[in-house]
Amino acid sequence: MKTIGEVRFTRKNLPKEEFFVSGHTACQGCGEALAVRLALKALGKDTIVACATGCIEIISSRFPETAWLVPWIHVAFENTAAVISGVEAGLKAMTRKGRFPQKRVFCVGMAGDGGTADIGLQALSGALERGHDILFLCFDNEAYMNTGIQRSSATPFGAVTTTSPAGKRSPGQVTWKKNVPEIAVAHGIPYVATACPSFPYDLMTKVRRGAEVKGPAYVHILSPCPTGWRCAPHLAVEVGRLAVETGVFPLYEVIEGRYRINMPKKELKPVEEYLNLQGRFRHLSPEIKGYIQKRVTEEWEKLLQKAKAFPYEE
Amino acid sequence: MRVALEGSHAVSEAVRQANVDVIAAYPITPQTHIVERLAEMVAEGELDAEFIPVESEHSALSVCIGASAVGARTFTCTSGPGLALMAEIVFIASSMRLPILMVLANRSLSAPLSIWNDHSDAMMVRDSGWIQVFVNSAQEAYDHVFIGFRTAEDKRVLLPFMIHMDGFFLTHAVEPVELVEQSVVDKYLPPPDFPYRLDPASPLTMGAFVMPDQYAEVKKAQDEALKASYGPLLEAWKAWGELTGRHYLPIEGFYLEDAEVVFLTVGSYGEVAHMAVEELRQKGMPVGIAKLRLWRPFPFEDLRKALKGVKYLAVIDRAVCPGGVGGPVALEVRSALYGMEGPKVVDFIVGIAGRDVTPEDYLKMAEMTPEVAGGGSENYVFYGVKE
Repeated sequence: MKTIGEVRFTRKNLPKEEFFVSGHTACQGCGEALAVRLALKALGKDTIVACATGCIEIISSRFPETAWLVPWIHVAFENTAAVISGVEAGLKAMTRKGRFPQKRVFCVGMAGDGGTADIGLQALSGALERGHDILFLCFDNEAYMNTGIQRSSATPFGAVTTTSPAGKRSPGQVTWKKNVPEIAVAHGIPYVATACPSFPYDLMTKVRRGAEVKGPAYVHILSPCPTGWRCAPHLAVEVGRLAVETGVFPLYEVIEGRYRINMPKKELKPVEEYLNLQGRFRHLSPEIKGYIQKRVTEEWEKLLQKAKAFPYEE
Repeated sequence: MRVALEGSHAVSEAVRQANVDVIAAYPITPQTHIVERLAEMVAEGELDAEFIPVESEHSALSVCIGASAVGARTFTCTSGPGLALMAEIVFIASSMRLPILMVLANRSLSAPLSIWNDHSDAMMVRDSGWIQVFVNSAQEAYDHVFIGFRTAEDKRVLLPFMIHMDGFFLTHAVEPVELVEQSVVDKYLPPPDFPYRLDPASPLTMGAFVMPDQYAEVKKAQDEALKASYGPLLEAWKAWGELTGRHYLPIEGFYLEDAEVVFLTVGSYGEVAHMAVEELRQKGMPVGIAKLRLWRPFPFEDLRKALKGVKYLAVIDRAVCPGGVGGPVALEVRSALYGMEGPKVVDFIVGIAGRDVTPEDYLKMAEMTPEVAGGGSENYVFYGVKE
């Protein structure tokens, strides 16, 4: 069974062209800007992007300037999946009627974790369920960073944000991170994957596969945010790598409902190595860190079991 | 060809003949019959369009924005609470200058929940920057699909177009409708060709944000664009009249020359009011009627010209501005007449949530008008409300 193109990016076939270009106003060490740049390298010029309100929109589209060399549209916060559905539907009808050339144009929606897991979830679910030929990329920096680091449903347990402060009666965020990739899988779409710019070739490969697959695809990209995670800008790539290597954010693909885990190493590092790099977890007691370790291991076991029960056979 | 059609189906038929590319809608009473028929047409291959059954009205208009941004001709329709959910995007569609067509099957806003017709939904989006007309019949609704697309897509305009169509009274009534030949439509409405499109062949950025040093400039340009759509709309009406014999104007007056009391109506209530005026005239009562069709851009000059010399104006308002000075139509009309030697305005708030207003009611209102008139701007009457 082979349902996806086996495109694979490496150092040798890395495209030279850039479509998300310099001049944008991202913070130092922004993992999201890096991820967007890599994603667009993988997608190429025949791409139309619909972008939600959020960091990426604000840093890249201040009139009269733009960082986008592909057609790009921003409409609102919660409706990106609907807007890109419309782009896809419009192109489809116009191509059929001879008003647009016969060629594959990748229709790509982009949103942060708020625009995906919270306010944008309904529109995303609708678009995935309807089966549009779209790719939706969630650039997850685990809080509302653009408005000043407020918690979202993608903020991890224990993290301090401005609306989940740690105090005498609270350890910070008291809920576990919402598992949006699994919500996407539940829609029965052909391609779901997780990625992180700390593993650039893996990220580019997944973005391209998601774009090439016929039908809806979803790639959830953990995008380290030194500003909001309270770590030094030069540690953004390192902290992303540790999120993966500790199992906090495992890398995997779900192709036609079948799992393929893409972890760099078999053994997981202790979660503490990841937590200790970031100021947002600085206040955590050993007990709470222990709880996080236990839950991360449990979630990882669940994923392994799914991958064992429903493996993707190459 | 003259056929008997439900108002909703007259709209669907026009959307089919307009060869729309993308339809996105979410079901809500009383709009549903329009989209049900469109879904059938697409399923039967009678209309070559993408029918997107979205999960909310918010997404319905968002889909239309995406499709319109790549150059597709798009249609949506909704009602009352659906429009309220969609509202954020209604304002964005016009600010992004996308020529989308929407039929609003007018319905009252909750609470209490009511599926029946009034204009509270219409008035919520009064300042949304869309071209807006109120139609009086299924025929007018049918005609305005073509007129709307032609005006919206005119390169001098590029604004979305909203057709206000009274829920149930117009959407669910079967009326005789004169359908035009496809050749007439093809002559009147060329295929869409928008100057600004999302296309990888020439990338552009749409929906950039601005700082305070630019925002006011954008809004002024938008106001000017909406006002400037008046000319192209008049041309579109004229061209349609020449092709079909059906002529439309921003405001239509009857018996205005010697009328003592003139009713001003928007939408389908104008039909019963007109009947009442005819009856009262036969009884020798000097009444008249002015039907306001164009709501945005507001036809200030036409209104002033039409109402010159009228003694009393009874505005039939079908929405309330709570805590304000009556109904929204009267508010607008009073502004238009301010400073001119014009009629004394009485505002009747009637027909809220579909309550019937009979010819006898118009007689009573005509009799009341001179008595009530003469007050200040707070001169309004909730007519026929149980105390």
